[in-house]
Amino acid sequence: MAERQELKVVGRPLPRVDAAAKVTGVAVYADDLHLPRMLHCRILRSPHPHARIVSVDATAARRIPGVKAVLTGQDLPIRFGILPVSQDERALESEKVRYVGDPVAAVAAVEEEIAEAALRSIRVEYELLQPVMSIEEALQEPPDEPIHDRAYTRQPANLHRRVNYEFGDLEAGFAAADHVREDVFFFQGNTHLPMEQHSAVATYVDGRLTLWSSTQVVHYVHRTLAKVLELPMNRVRVIGAVHGGGFGGKTDPFSHEIVVARLAMVTGRPVKCTLTREEVFYAHRGRHPVMMWVRTGVTRGGRITGQHWRTALDGGAYGSYGAASVFYTGTLQTVTYDIPAYKFEGVRVFTNKAPCGPKRGHGTPQPRFALELHLEKIAVDLGLDPVELKRQNFVKPFTRSVNWLRVTSCGLEECTEKVLAASGYRRRERRPGRGMGFAVSAYMSGAGTAIYWNDMPHSEVNLKVDRTGVTAFCGAMEIGQGSDSVLALVVAEELGIGPGEVRLTTADTDLTPVDLGSYSSRVTFMAGNAALEAARRMRLLLVEAVAEKMGVRGDLSEIEVGDGRVGDFSFEEACELATARFGALSSTGSYTPPRMGGPFKGSGVGPSPAYSYSACVLALEADARTGLVRVERVWIAHDVGRAINPLLVAGQVEGSVYMGLGEALMEEQAYRKGRHKWPSMLEYKSPTFVDMPEVETFIVETIDPEGPYGAKEAGQGPLLPVIPALNAALHDALGIWIDEVPVTPEKVLRALEAKSKGQPPRHGPKGFPAVDYGAPIRVEPPDPRDMRVGEELEAAFREAEGRRLC
Amino acid sequence: MLVAGGTDLYPKLKRRQFDPDTLIGLSGLEELRRVTGDARSGLRLGALVTLAEAAEHSALVQAHPGYAEAAGLVSSPPLRNVGTIGGNLCVDTRCNYYDMTYEWRESVGFCLKKDGDICLVAPGSPRCWAISSSDTAPVAIALGATVTLVGPEGERELPVSAPYRDDGIEYLAKRPFEVLVSLRLPPTDGVRTAYAKLRRRGSIDFPIAGAGVALKTDGHCVEWARLVMSGVGSHPVEAPAAGEFLAGKQLTAEVIAAAAELAAKPAKPLDNADLNHFWRKRMVRVLVEQALERAATQDQGVLGRG
Ligand SMILES: Cc1cc2nc3c(=O)[nH]c(=O)nc-3n(C[C@H](O)[C@H](O)[C@H](O)COP(=O)(O)OP(=O)(O)OC[C@H]3O[C@@H](n4cnc5c(N)ncnc54)[C@H](O)[C@@H]3O)c2cc1C
Ligand code: SF4
Repeated sequence: MAERQELKVVGRPLPRVDAAAKVTGVAVYADDLHLPRMLHCRILRSPHPHARIVSVDATAARRIPGVKAVLTGQDLPIRFGILPVSQDERALESEKVRYVGDPVAAVAAVEEEIAEAALRSIRVEYELLQPVMSIEEALQEPPDEPIHDRAYTRQPANLHRRVNYEFGDLEAGFAAADHVREDVFFFQGNTHLPMEQHSAVATYVDGRLTLWSSTQVVHYVHRTLAKVLELPMNRVRVIGAVHGGGFGGKTDPFSHEIVVARLAMVTGRPVKCTLTREEVFYAHRGRHPVMMWVRTGVTRGGRITGQHWRTALDGGAYGSYGAASVFYTGTLQTVTYDIPAYKFEGVRVFTNKAPCGPKRGHGTPQPRFALELHLEKIAVDLGLDPVELKRQNFVKPFTRSVNWLRVTSCGLEECTEKVLAASGYRRRERRPGRGMGFAVSAYMSGAGTAIYWNDMPHSEVNLKVDRTGVTAFCGAMEIGQGSDSVLALVVAEELGIGPGEVRLTTADTDLTPVDLGSYSSRVTFMAGNAALEAARRMRLLLVEAVAEKMGVRGDLSEIEVGDGRVGDFSFEEACELATARFGALSSTGSYTPPRMGGPFKGSGVGPSPAYSYSACVLALEADARTGLVRVERVWIAHDVGRAINPLLVAGQVEGSVYMGLGEALMEEQAYRKGRHKWPSMLEYKSPTFVDMPEVETFIVETIDPEGPYGAKEAGQGPLLPVIPALNAALHDALGIWIDEVPVTPEKVLRALEAKSKGQPPRHGPKGFPAVDYGAPIRVEPPDPRDMRVGEELEAAFREAEGRRLC
Repeated sequence: MLVAGGTDLYPKLKRRQFDPDTLIGLSGLEELRRVTGDARSGLRLGALVTLAEAAEHSALVQAHPGYAEAAGLVSSPPLRNVGTIGGNLCVDTRCNYYDMTYEWRESVGFCLKKDGDICLVAPGSPRCWAISSSDTAPVAIALGATVTLVGPEGERELPVSAPYRDDGIEYLAKRPFEVLVSLRLPPTDGVRTAYAKLRRRGSIDFPIAGAGVALKTDGHCVEWARLVMSGVGSHPVEAPAAGEFLAGKQLTAEVIAAAAELAAKPAKPLDNADLNHFWRKRMVRVLVEQALERAATQDQGVLGRG
């Protein structure tokens, strides 16, 4: 969007619009809702990792005084799932259970304790099946039966999805290399750990269902409720309650949301279900554990000539976003480094664990960890400075990658400069036990394609202006990332008023137009653009009415809008003039990303209208005797395009660093005896704020041509470089490689022991399992200078039909 | 069951690790909130003194800094504001097969300590190996402190170590209904104390190993030393061999290392707490060294540092 005016509110460090309500405790979260005659629901979950359900007998539970309804699998037979290709979940399972925590039955009672007691009296007879608890096991044919039906998976063993792509001539790439290196890495799974547990409240009155939920995407919950409950969408209303954190963990539709809705329909009373902390660990959809193998060819000088990836993702029991996650472990490497030939093979398997899905960085922190460390090792092999090796391979702004991803604004260089200068990386003290590490990354500002196929906008905003002021309506869900504040700022900027003067109604499917939700770092970019369009249209109406009154004709640009004035009139007067002139005032805006993907099947995962960039230097102290690592300081620079609110951006960056450090050092969704080892806030270790080092944040602005005011994402990207920077710093400190996350002290000692015995100084996976990835789809790379999108790009595909190699 | 601050008990009730018919709250007993005495005569701490009060009590910090430090290292600030020193000495033993919800324990199979008949950590074992996890017990025992118990059969004063038993289930040989009313710490009299704690994070976490030290020197050499460890067995584990070894020696780096080696021997961590138990076993030595070093450097002028 073209630069038009001097910005008044955009770019200023203003407090969040929801800050006061949240810090004073008056914000109403889903669990705070108490409706008259409300019932409480508890869900009975499988105690077994893998079993067939022989029978469910709820007779005794139904007889307990205070119990108003009991549901079992028979009551909710329709399958659902977030992706159209993975409709593999049921709100309550009736045939089999696939992980400890799989929902089987539900009770609504006048008190939560009664519901809980009723669960204990439900008799479920199970026939136990062999649990599959690792990637290696899932790749083998199971002794009894696969976790999911073959009719659904159409895959051998417990495979869920396989992808295999080759872009450019890989063989030639490796032939051009002076040095080729292979490494294997493992990234352990971890969970989101939001402060707020999931919670939902449903009412059903006059054939209309209303659900308040702690969700990141009211629209997907809306679609799922309509499908599973067989209600027309206009009979279902989903409202996003004030949200206590998601990080990707509330992006799927969940069993408890469907269950309370059905219970409200059955009982005619409001029903609430708030998950316990233990249940949140089972709802999960967190970071996939991923095994990775990577092979790279480089010239003597360190230029990459070709790269080949193999990944294997442990998906847990259900599909969730997994069919996309497997792509994400292979697609975004090429938007930081210019790789002329690139092959990527990925597989996602089912195991009997809580289902994995999107967590901050969705599918990309794992390969980013591996890639950055792998390049560090190549630099050591070649005797080069790792920063310089990485730097000479950086992608250039406004280029198209080998796998057809269109890179526009790109602040990699500037981010790198900032953190190198601030940290003194080059002049760092070289002393055993102290080290610094450097890493970079990139992330999407929203996915270019919707998760279900349609041609409609990804975000829509309505603006209402009348004699009482301005209200913006948008389906976007404020999950703590600041999307409400961004909406208010954009509208305020365009209408020349203060952000506090913009009233907001968001995430209510009866009142707000559709936004695809708070995930994929898409809201500022997409809802921001939609708001910008709606606000500019409204501004025009106000200016026209004022112009008429002022007798200005022709060029209306002399009518200034700002500081609460439109031309000679106050904003309020302008609203009255415009209402008198045009009648009821409303305007709309929407945003649809252009078609950007390449000419091949599966090209929809990875393209984004813009990529954010980050660079990080991390300093640590590591004790060779204990293996304990203490992070001293993190310098991080993030190219956000434009900081619409620098306070919010810095908050996202610091939060990302915090979360990245937790993943790097301790967080682990570990299993033992077929069960989650520690589904508790005390035992699942995540850093406290006394464990948090100083963070120095640098905001880099590259003014993206497509983002609102040039803005790109900030919510996920800055997490990515933190993890590999830690492992690189550890190598700097102790000369060891920990090729595995999290880096526990025991692993550090093991690597040191290997080093002292003259073995390779590392700890990590020994090898990568044999996987049949099937035949690759071969794709000819684009012209790297081809920036075309949308119709133009598609016309080019049609012309070049013959170029397609697949 | 008795309850003081409830910081240990209430979460356990929620997870159904206990299902008592009656809870008897001690918080109304005002006289158990007092600290009396001083460094010269010894201090008496009422059982309801909170951990936060103990950690900051100036006479206590002066008299026995190691004890105050241990109290200040328990859990997190909000829990220290409520949790009591008496409750800390009586704190339940821990095991990550046991400190879980009823549903989780039912799913994995109940164990000996609650509702079941086998030990999941050591399935062949007839006993429970749940871990003694009090941060304040080691220094209190090393100091030779005493506790006063009051029950229907009267009052008795015992060394702090006396009520502990090497059993994850019956870890306290206290008679039912006996209330721990106070902890008496001896006069300072030149005794130095220190506590070192190992935990994953800088706050909240229980000790996965802890080392408490009390020692007295004659200006050059150690007259006597006592070392007690937390988190390495079902009771606070004393290391008498290390204490005997230290007697008559200067606290040089070599001596400290050798003592720590001896002290670590009886530590037997199992795979039922945070982090790998082999690593934990190796860390015990490091912790004991840290504690000894800290006790030694409380007055650097006197002690030889090699
Ligand atoms: C998240 C978390 C972290 C924790 N971290 C630590 C830690 O790092 N280190 C640590 O040592 N502890 C820790 N604790 C345990 C606990 O908070 C402390 O041990 C605290 O000192 C217990 O005191 P309380 O008064 O709250 O005990 P309560 O919970 O009231 O009681 C604990 C037990 O002692 C008995 N009891 C209490 N007072 C008396 C008395 N006067 N006479 C007889 N019996 C009595 C009770 O019957 C009960 O069995 C933690 C707890 C939690 C929940
Ligand atoms: S040590 Fe064994 S018996 Fe004791 S709590 Fe743990 S699993 Fe149960």
